[in-house]
Amino acid sequence: MTASSRVIVLHLGLLALLFGLQFILPAYHHGNLARIMVLASYAVGYNILFGYTGLLSLGHALFFAAGMYGMGLTIQHMGFTPAPALIVGIVAGAFVAGALALLALRTVGVSFMIVTLMFAQAGYLTVLYFGEYTRGDEGFVIQQAQRVLWGVDLSNATNRYFAAWGLFSVSFGLSLWLVRSSFGRTLIAIRENEERVRMLGYDTYKHKLTAMIISGTISAAAGAFYGLLFGYAGASFASVQYSIFPLLWVLLGGAGTVLGPFVGTLFMFYLIDLSSGITSAYLLIAGLALVLLTLFAPQGLIGEIRRRFWKNLP
Amino acid sequence: MMILSTRGLSKSFDGLQAVTKVDFDLPKGEVRALIGPNGAGKTTLVGMICGRIEPTSGHVQFDGEDITRLPAHARIMRGMAYTFQITSVFARLPVTENVALAARRRLSGDAIDRAVADALARVGLSNEAHEDAGNLSYGHQRLLEIAMGLAQSPRLLILDEPTQGLSEGEIADFKTLVRELAGDTTILLIEHNMDVVMETADRVSVLNFGEILAEGTPTEIRENAAVQAAYLGTG
Repeated sequence: MTASSRVIVLHLGLLALLFGLQFILPAYHHGNLARIMVLASYAVGYNILFGYTGLLSLGHALFFAAGMYGMGLTIQHMGFTPAPALIVGIVAGAFVAGALALLALRTVGVSFMIVTLMFAQAGYLTVLYFGEYTRGDEGFVIQQAQRVLWGVDLSNATNRYFAAWGLFSVSFGLSLWLVRSSFGRTLIAIRENEERVRMLGYDTYKHKLTAMIISGTISAAAGAFYGLLFGYAGASFASVQYSIFPLLWVLLGGAGTVLGPFVGTLFMFYLIDLSSGITSAYLLIAGLALVLLTLFAPQGLIGEIRRRFWKNLP
Repeated sequence: MMILSTRGLSKSFDGLQAVTKVDFDLPKGEVRALIGPNGAGKTTLVGMICGRIEPTSGHVQFDGEDITRLPAHARIMRGMAYTFQITSVFARLPVTENVALAARRRLSGDAIDRAVADALARVGLSNEAHEDAGNLSYGHQRLLEIAMGLAQSPRLLILDEPTQGLSEGEIADFKTLVRELAGDTTILLIEHNMDVVMETADRVSVLNFGEILAEGTPTEIRENAAVQAAYLGTG
């Protein structure tokens, strides 16, 4: 088997495994995994900008929330059905990402982090300001009757799992394809040495702009699905916490790896889940595990595997 | 026919005049060496030519068109290539990927692999193809820079001190390579090693204190009193 087909088999294998797991998992973990797959899709989107292009954004909650509210508000106030509402959410995310990219890409490094953070905070405050429609922190529930997509009730656990798996498969597959394409390889080169890429004749600004729009669009799709599948949209999803989460997941799993975002999200979710079963000071255990991981696997779990065993893992 | 001309090209950094009103003409197919003492403004001048540095005033023409307002990447796309004075390879990427990035801008499909193999063979790095660029010795990283320039198949190749850090044998190979390229590719060579200049250049331009001090064949330049004074001091 060639190196390239081994990579494909490994990644498709994960999707097959996730597809199969739903038939054997107990209800509790079944529900968890659906949630993890949606959040991992968010991390996949984040990873394209952070892991592959080398741009550290602290404002991705803006895109996640744009997707969630683009979907939720149109259902709640305009009577949209789920399919067009999802599209509105995703398009809203792409639009917001493009607009923010035009402004934020004028900066680099720490300034880029601050600009993205500030705009995301402005987005969060906007959600609160229009509390009449968004119901602010309290949020609003999307009723079961409003969550029927093409005759499929997404509040049903099995359907929800399928939808989450579908979203994850698309974003994961897109990410794998992207980073192996010549566009994606140029992004990696920009991460490594932007000035050199420019002097090879590439318009690095356009590449970064496109990367940010793709990243924001996937994040928005995750936000839109999250709201629809779990029936709730609230301002906490627009808060800074939800900008930090994908960064953490990607760092834990391995920035700049296709598998990393999923592994990191899974790891973090169960780390908190299991440690909170042991003690109420679960953040202490979670924190300790994170410190250890940072010390012994600074490139993240999959990053470490790549470093030691599988050099060509994308 | 000039492939490159500059008119009145100047650059000052916070009052320091690095390059002053340089009129520079480079005919198609020539190998031109640009020499001068440290700090003479050589890198600043080529930086303005390839778009890394914005000139304070003046114009740059490439192949008959004014490119003064074009960003660097657009100039590269018109057929310039620039290899960095301070080695600037993609250290964490394989050697092949470094060169492929250069080749992919104009080629696609199998042609990329062929161009990469060809460029690596020409600089003698075929055996190191699958190493990470960062694991190469300094001299080999310099050769990789040149390979990246070759893979772009440029009409004007600007080499900024390419032989710095190369061994004697590698320098000999480099001279052969430049002679092979001469004719098809116009080469602008910034170089300190006078043997390399004497043996490869058709003509030499001497830059001193940001101005063109002299221009001529290698022999003329070697015998020019003003050049000797600039290099050795007039003390």
